[in-house]
Amino acid sequence: MKPLTRRQMAWRAAQDIQDGAYVNLGIGLPTMVSDFIPGDREIVFHSENGILGMGPAPKPGEEDKDLINAGKGLTTIVPGGAFFHHNDAFLMIRGGHLDLALLGAFEVSETGDLANWTTEDPNFAPGVGGAMDLAVGAREVRVLVEHTTKEGKPRIRKRCGYPLTAPRCVKRIYTNLAVLDVTRDGVVVREMVEGLDLTGLQKVTEAKLTLANDWKKIEAPAV
Amino acid sequence: MINKVVKTLAEAVAGVRDGATVLCSGFGAVGEPVELLNALRETGVRDLVCVANNAGTGDEGLAGLIAAGRVRKIICSFPRTTDPHCFEAAYKAGKIELELVPQGTLSERMRAGAAGVGGFFIKTSAGTKLGLGKETREIDGELYVLETPIRGDIALCRADRADRWGNLTYRKSARNFNPVMAMAAALTAVQVREVVELGKIDPEGVVTPGIFVDRVVVT
Repeated sequence: MKPLTRRQMAWRAAQDIQDGAYVNLGIGLPTMVSDFIPGDREIVFHSENGILGMGPAPKPGEEDKDLINAGKGLTTIVPGGAFFHHNDAFLMIRGGHLDLALLGAFEVSETGDLANWTTEDPNFAPGVGGAMDLAVGAREVRVLVEHTTKEGKPRIRKRCGYPLTAPRCVKRIYTNLAVLDVTRDGVVVREMVEGLDLTGLQKVTEAKLTLANDWKKIEAPAV
Repeated sequence: MINKVVKTLAEAVAGVRDGATVLCSGFGAVGEPVELLNALRETGVRDLVCVANNAGTGDEGLAGLIAAGRVRKIICSFPRTTDPHCFEAAYKAGKIELELVPQGTLSERMRAGAAGVGGFFIKTSAGTKLGLGKETREIDGELYVLETPIRGDIALCRADRADRWGNLTYRKSARNFNPVMAMAAALTAVQVREVVELGKIDPEGVVTPGIFVDRVVVT
């Protein structure tokens, strides 16, 4: 069995983004997804700090200190892009104007509850940023996350142990092992990496899994 | 004649009292009115409640105000931004109170304060720890929580250009919280890169109309 690399996970999530979609990518791994959008698709990336049409990181010499992304890294804007203020940025998020938010997670429950804002570590002050707004507001919320923690604990659980970002919001999960949909009938496995079967995947998943009749192997290129 | 342009940073922040609520713009350090915040620190004012997206970067601006022990409470969405060591030290020492507010709720609470709206129901935080204890209502089958307005005694903002009437334009993503904060305070002071002659800013391009602005200073 060969798990996907982080770049392959980002590649896989990118394949499902439709031409013309307005998309917010969460901080961390989801940000990488923009590198793998198929060339024939025009996607408009939204940033919570007031950008539509966010482009890639600037080339050396083209950096502008007033142009940053949600993670506060330098970014660019593409032709057709727009700047606006925070209320409009979050009106777009919360009001259902974004087609997709692709977010990171600590845990997802079998009913689609998302926990991605705090582990309640007493050594750090908590921060929530725009996580809750994205989780309740985008028309579809998908999650991109390693299937287990570094210690091997399942991240797809019956109930989240960490505080929720929003209940019942996640529709699809991309992991390094599988693509899973959260449905009314529970978590359905759509795709798995080569050499893995449902029993093997269930061993590292706390939520009860069912296998889609038309499930497939993930065919990810070496990216 | 209307002339909102003042000569010094000290004049721009004059009159703020101990215990005041200060709206501090910026997303991280971008759009942060660092020089106005430094000038506020120099007035010696204390016991402040600061409203900001983050809790200061590095040692200047909001971070400097926190390091000097002038901030009693911060209302923000994400305190740990780039280099938040001033906030972290104050927080670990129990010297600063933190009210954590989701980012969109934070800007909407200020919009309500600016607009004379006494409160609103919002989906964000319903069914989570941050929504606990808040009045909830089911609207069209979805759960919402009641949020209350935020108004500042003073807003400190940063813009690109202004004219003497206080009309403002911004630069790229440095716009962020500036327009809503400028609208939501009793007194609004703005630091700008340049002041241009009245009429030089295209009326179609004015982002913050001068009615919301009281003092403009060039930095």
